[in-house]
Amino acid sequence: MGMAMKQMMKFAALAVILGLAACAKPQGGMVNDPYAMGGGAAGTVGTGVLGGPGTAEYFKAEVGDTVNFLLDQSSLTPEARAILARQAQWMNQNQGFSAMIEGHADEQGTREYNIALGARRASSVQEYLISQGVVAGRLKTVSYGKERPLAICSTEECFTKNRRAVTVVSPGFGS
Amino acid sequence: MLRQFLLSSVIALTGFGLAAPVLAQDGPLRIEITEGVIEPMPFAITFFDEGGAGQMVGQVRDLVAADLTGTGLFREIPQSAHIARPAGFDAAVAYEDWKAINAQALVTGAVSVQGGKVVVKFRLFDVFSGQPLGDGMQFDASTGNWRRAAHKAADQVYARLTGEGPYFDSRVAFVSETGPKNARLKRIGIMDYDGANIKWMTDDSALVLAPRFSPDGNRLLYTSYATGFPQVMLMDVNTLASRQMGQQQGTMSFSPRFSPDGRWIVYSLEQNGNTDIYQMDAGSGAQRALTNAPSIETSPSYSPDGKQIVFESDRSGSPQLYIMSAGGGEPRRISFGDGRYGTPVWSPRGDLIAFTRQVGGRFHIGVMRTDGSEEKMLTESFLDEGPTWAPNGRVVMFMRTTPGDTGQSRLHSVDITGRNMRPVNFDGAASDPDWGPLLP
Repeated sequence: MGMAMKQMMKFAALAVILGLAACAKPQGGMVNDPYAMGGGAAGTVGTGVLGGPGTAEYFKAEVGDTVNFLLDQSSLTPEARAILARQAQWMNQNQGFSAMIEGHADEQGTREYNIALGARRASSVQEYLISQGVVAGRLKTVSYGKERPLAICSTEECFTKNRRAVTVVSPGFGS
Repeated sequence: MLRQFLLSSVIALTGFGLAAPVLAQDGPLRIEITEGVIEPMPFAITFFDEGGAGQMVGQVRDLVAADLTGTGLFREIPQSAHIARPAGFDAAVAYEDWKAINAQALVTGAVSVQGGKVVVKFRLFDVFSGQPLGDGMQFDASTGNWRRAAHKAADQVYARLTGEGPYFDSRVAFVSETGPKNARLKRIGIMDYDGANIKWMTDDSALVLAPRFSPDGNRLLYTSYATGFPQVMLMDVNTLASRQMGQQQGTMSFSPRFSPDGRWIVYSLEQNGNTDIYQMDAGSGAQRALTNAPSIETSPSYSPDGKQIVFESDRSGSPQLYIMSAGGGEPRRISFGDGRYGTPVWSPRGDLIAFTRQVGGRFHIGVMRTDGSEEKMLTESFLDEGPTWAPNGRVVMFMRTTPGDTGQSRLHSVDITGRNMRPVNFDGAASDPDWGPLLP
């Protein structure tokens, strides 16, 4: 096998790896891709995407992916509505993204009730986003109850942070 | 793997060669659990090697004693205080020697080991009336299962002295917890009621919650996030084969329990943010709603006759306990105290319902009669949750979680008087206990 052939195969293999990486994690994967720093062409792939308004990172950091709830409540506060209005606007501007809405509860409650409560909270967010024009088919919900606290202290300060719904956006329409 | 146990025979020992008792007594030696025992009954226990048992004699003896003292109802008189040791398991009992050290009950036992099989025998005596309490019995098992033979013997002693059903020879399914509080890793295990013989049923790759035994102990219902969403799973305890039950797209299912005949599964199904109670045919998978309300309905548990279901609902504004017919229909509320009630579990004896109650910023495990009367709190802490009944309906196990960044859940048990609370001997954080049936 000649050198040229070997180079071509190596390039082909690299292309396949990059292609797979791009499929699996199109938004964040490119900047983390080890090949992005080494390969000439690959290095440009992520440029201009990171931090841009059409990314999940931007959504999380700038739009705000989390809304909080009062104790035992799943109704939306005015603050939550303001954040969700921005989320809906972003979703409407970035039609290529879908969202998983994760509902959570604080640890003051039984495991099973809190799963149901987290589901209510996720559903409140989903309904609000739909009311703001986001197509229902782009939104899914899941509840973690008290299984995945954000803050781990056992005071009201942490409980407030844990009573939340998090909108996790990703390109495509999920599975 | 779990089924290799060969408890082949339970034999009443015959030819019991003791002189007939000369003293009549007013009634049998008996200790009552429901009266809240303050002074445990003192007992002595002595065991003999009847061939090849070696150190297993002491192990069996210690385990029988530990089962009995662990109830809080009995106090062992140390062996060092024994005056005279009988010549052997079949020798006559010198009651005066046991009376002298104030032993009210005497347990004698024998262990023999041959060909991979262990035989455990015992006799029980009422020292002050000077007569045996029931026949002697023997249990045999493979040597690897010697603990079960010892638990069986202890169960008989317990049952004869309390009049309650046995429960030591039983297992508990639970969730082991490792890792930090905001990224817990959980896996389902099964252990003996006393924390021995842990067997792992799942790995920790997916979040798993709340295992629940089938009535025969051969299957486990649980909730898994393996698909990304909470879904009810059914596992064969012997093969570890597991399958999802009744998946519906876009829904979450959790909080499953078997009916007492094992034919039905009752569980919570969430759709569009609302959670109701459903019933599924465990064989065909056919499902139907038992409640239809905009409130949260969860944590269903059957009565032992299978005719009613107790569950938790916040239809009144806060979570409370309700009972409905097993076929659904209008429920009646049974909890009326302050605070929030959850996780009701019907006692296998049918007389009581255990629950979690949250009031004044504290959590309690409590019991009440099935009409809601005679409510009694058994425990109190930052977070006590999720009671499960021992097979005899006289002890509950639950999880106690400590607060703060390093907070952990541990399993505890408490009897229905609330007097005998103790941690379960499991070396690590654990939650969601489910006490299985008495083993055959």
